[in-house]
Amino acid sequence: MDWLATQFAILADIFYYLIQVVHWTLLISIAAYALAVICGLVFGIARIWPSRPVRLMAGAYINVLRGVPLLVLIFFVYFGLGQIINLDRFVAGVIAVGVCYGAYMAEIFRSGIQAIDYGQHEAAKALGMTRWQTLRHIILPQSVRIVVPPGANEFIACLKDSSLVSIIGLRELTRAGREYASQHFLDFQTWLMVGLIYLALTLTLTRVVRWVEQRVAISGYGSARHNH
Amino acid sequence: MEAPDTIIEIKGITCRFGDMAAIDNLSLSVRRGEVVVIIGPSGSGKSTLLRCLNALEEIQEGEIIIDGVKLDHTHKQVHKIRLEIGMVFQQFNLFPHLTARENISLAQRVVRKRTRTEATQIAHDLLTKVGLADKIDAHPAQLSGGQKQRVAIARALAMNPKVMMFDEATSALDPEMVGEVLEVMKSLAADGMTMLVVTHEIGFAREVADRIVFIDSGRVVEMGRPENILNNPANPRTRDFLAKVLS
Repeated sequence: MDWLATQFAILADIFYYLIQVVHWTLLISIAAYALAVICGLVFGIARIWPSRPVRLMAGAYINVLRGVPLLVLIFFVYFGLGQIINLDRFVAGVIAVGVCYGAYMAEIFRSGIQAIDYGQHEAAKALGMTRWQTLRHIILPQSVRIVVPPGANEFIACLKDSSLVSIIGLRELTRAGREYASQHFLDFQTWLMVGLIYLALTLTLTRVVRWVEQRVAISGYGSARHNH
Repeated sequence: MEAPDTIIEIKGITCRFGDMAAIDNLSLSVRRGEVVVIIGPSGSGKSTLLRCLNALEEIQEGEIIIDGVKLDHTHKQVHKIRLEIGMVFQQFNLFPHLTARENISLAQRVVRKRTRTEATQIAHDLLTKVGLADKIDAHPAQLSGGQKQRVAIARALAMNPKVMMFDEATSALDPEMVGEVLEVMKSLAADGMTMLVVTHEIGFAREVADRIVFIDSGRVVEMGRPENILNNPANPRTRDFLAKVLS
């Protein structure tokens, strides 16, 4: 009994230690994901723009950023670019994770746009709408429900990968875990608790995503999940 | 010189897909207020012809003049031409995320720059005209095929086109819904709308057309008054085609 009580006390102590920095994990993830959505939207549209140079540029962005390990990208932005412009740890982390996930988001947006029946483009054209008006009023609103499930998965992945930012010294969940473990030599309990907190965050997110999916479903048009 | 009452002048146009000429040196002119029904076997280029007219397909040779404006593929020109021509598609192509009202009012607002109130009023009037005033807030998924196509017609009319084109507007419909769409088309013709209609509905052609154009292999084989073309076709290919569709 004593042993169990001690273990609980230890875990509770770790929990209180970690929970004080959990907002940094959330802040990095949210900010990086917001950047990823913007990059994804811009480059996803650029990837299928009629102008060839625009397409090639977007293709280069996507291929380069998908082809480089995120950890290397974080080092490059913080230490590499850091030699030229002074970047705060948080800003560097957000940029690295954001542009990296932006490449994945771009492919998701591209496929979401291309999944819309070509007849929709033609109907809009025939009504005299410009390419941009068509995208904004016709294509993107319909793409949302296609993009939400894979796009939300990227947010969950992004949240997990925010742990890599610990390497440049930002005190988020993983960094705080390392501190605690090395001070108390309680690796098993510490990393168990760190993992449980990440799990709690991602499972909560999964629920939120499901709720959003239902919200974006079009009346009488089938939801993104149950398409019929 | 084109006659003053000519609204569409097509001069020797060719539209190729790779090596295949879907439209092959075709000429045709349409008078203001005329109802021209285009018939022909599948793959003969009927739909392509309509699609060339509002620049959904690009022509390699010849020229198209619509209401005095020559169609070239610069951004502005294409836009201008499309405003003059309403198009109704076989597959309706309604915007599924928008209600009937929004389907009809969106392009009015963003292209014609009408106010929301104005666009909504027009949407309401046109839905009344096609007999669907009670469906103004329905989404396309809640409408039958015939109702969808009538909304699509109203959507095209809302832009005040000078010409309406129908690309097999009833071909995707269940038989019992064909009539309601043809009725709307007939009333448009009676109102004096210039119409280009690609259809397999020979009965509609006989009743409504001022002229029937028979197209095969991307060329006009023969054209004339419905009674002449349908009862007394001069060309063996026309005879052959009519024998198949009328049997």
